[in-house]
Amino acid sequence: MTRTTEARGWALLEAVPDPEIPVLSVVDLGIVRAVEESDDGRSVQVTLTPTYSGCPATEVIMRDVRTALQASYDTVDVRTQLSPAWTTDWLSDKGRERLHGFGIAPPSGRTTLPLIDAGGPASCPRCGSSKVEELAGFGSTPCKALWRCTTCREPFDYMKVH
Amino acid sequence: MVSATSELLPLADGCLILSHRLSEWMSNAPTMEEDIALGNIALDLLGQARGLLQVIGDETGVTEDELAYFREPQEFRNPLICELPNGDFAFTMARQLFVDIWLAHVWSELAATASDEQVRGVAEKAIKENAYHRRHSSSWVVRLGDGTDESRRRMETATEALWPYRGEIADDRWYDAVDAALTEATLTMPPRDAWTQRSSLDGWHTEHLGYLLAEMQSLARAHPGATW
Repeated sequence: MTRTTEARGWALLEAVPDPEIPVLSVVDLGIVRAVEESDDGRSVQVTLTPTYSGCPATEVIMRDVRTALQASYDTVDVRTQLSPAWTTDWLSDKGRERLHGFGIAPPSGRTTLPLIDAGGPASCPRCGSSKVEELAGFGSTPCKALWRCTTCREPFDYMKVH
Repeated sequence: MVSATSELLPLADGCLILSHRLSEWMSNAPTMEEDIALGNIALDLLGQARGLLQVIGDETGVTEDELAYFREPQEFRNPLICELPNGDFAFTMARQLFVDIWLAHVWSELAATASDEQVRGVAEKAIKENAYHRRHSSSWVVRLGDGTDESRRRMETATEALWPYRGEIADDRWYDAVDAALTEATLTMPPRDAWTQRSSLDGWHTEHLGYLLAEMQSLARAHPGATW
């Protein structure tokens, strides 16, 4: 197994978008734990860690990953690994920038249990103001909360620290 | 090694049944934001239940769907509090806080001690989901308890009505946490030694579970063996 051949699998996964937040690839999202090829390069095994327990996107992601890899491999094995649990700490820096550009404030800071007071977004992704307030702790997908900027008055999604 | 059926079933069933109850609020919650919040919490609980039912199913040779859709009420082990009808919003939030506090303790223990990797994984994930649920339910209990005369009356009524159903989830740690939350809400916790039900561990349920299952299981039972 060489870095060059493994890189092929990672490159294919870079092109698989998150179905709910399509500016993020599954690699940016930090759910790909491992990509392992057989020595002959014909089969690949991918290990994914789901984001949220009941996230409906998980099954779509697994299917999309399989489809993307089947273009280049004869055999594709997609596995899930629950422990250690996925955390927003695994979002890539590129992913965080893309979220911001998409109008979703990225998670602020690292995940520290017990997560009772996890804070909020550093700034409004639209105007950059740091004057923001929470509208609702839960949003349109399991990973988001709804916030509002009190400077430009726009509501926006915040990806919660998790 | 925990014995899946005896130790995990109350937890798995509790998450499943409470998830179904919360889903009954969809399109009926007091505000759009609350509809979304309860939907999110229900979804997390459903995912947690599935993760555990898969483990239990693997141990007992059945699928998670068979466990969820083809068991009779007396085979369920969810704490009674999870199956109670939703009542008003105060009742739903007080119940949620009571169950969230129980789950917080259970998930922490499992994450630290479970030998089964899947159980540990479900628990590690659930700890973080539960933290957000608990933040939500406790803030509502404070807001309603320390709110208007009407909201306070409803929260007091809810707490009293729920109290005889704490049997399977209450221990010293639970009482301490509930006491702290209710004190913050300017409410008084009913006595720790007051009588309580705890019959679900023997498969005895309230009449409400049968009606809940009749709805939850109807599609799967009408089309046995069907898959998506």
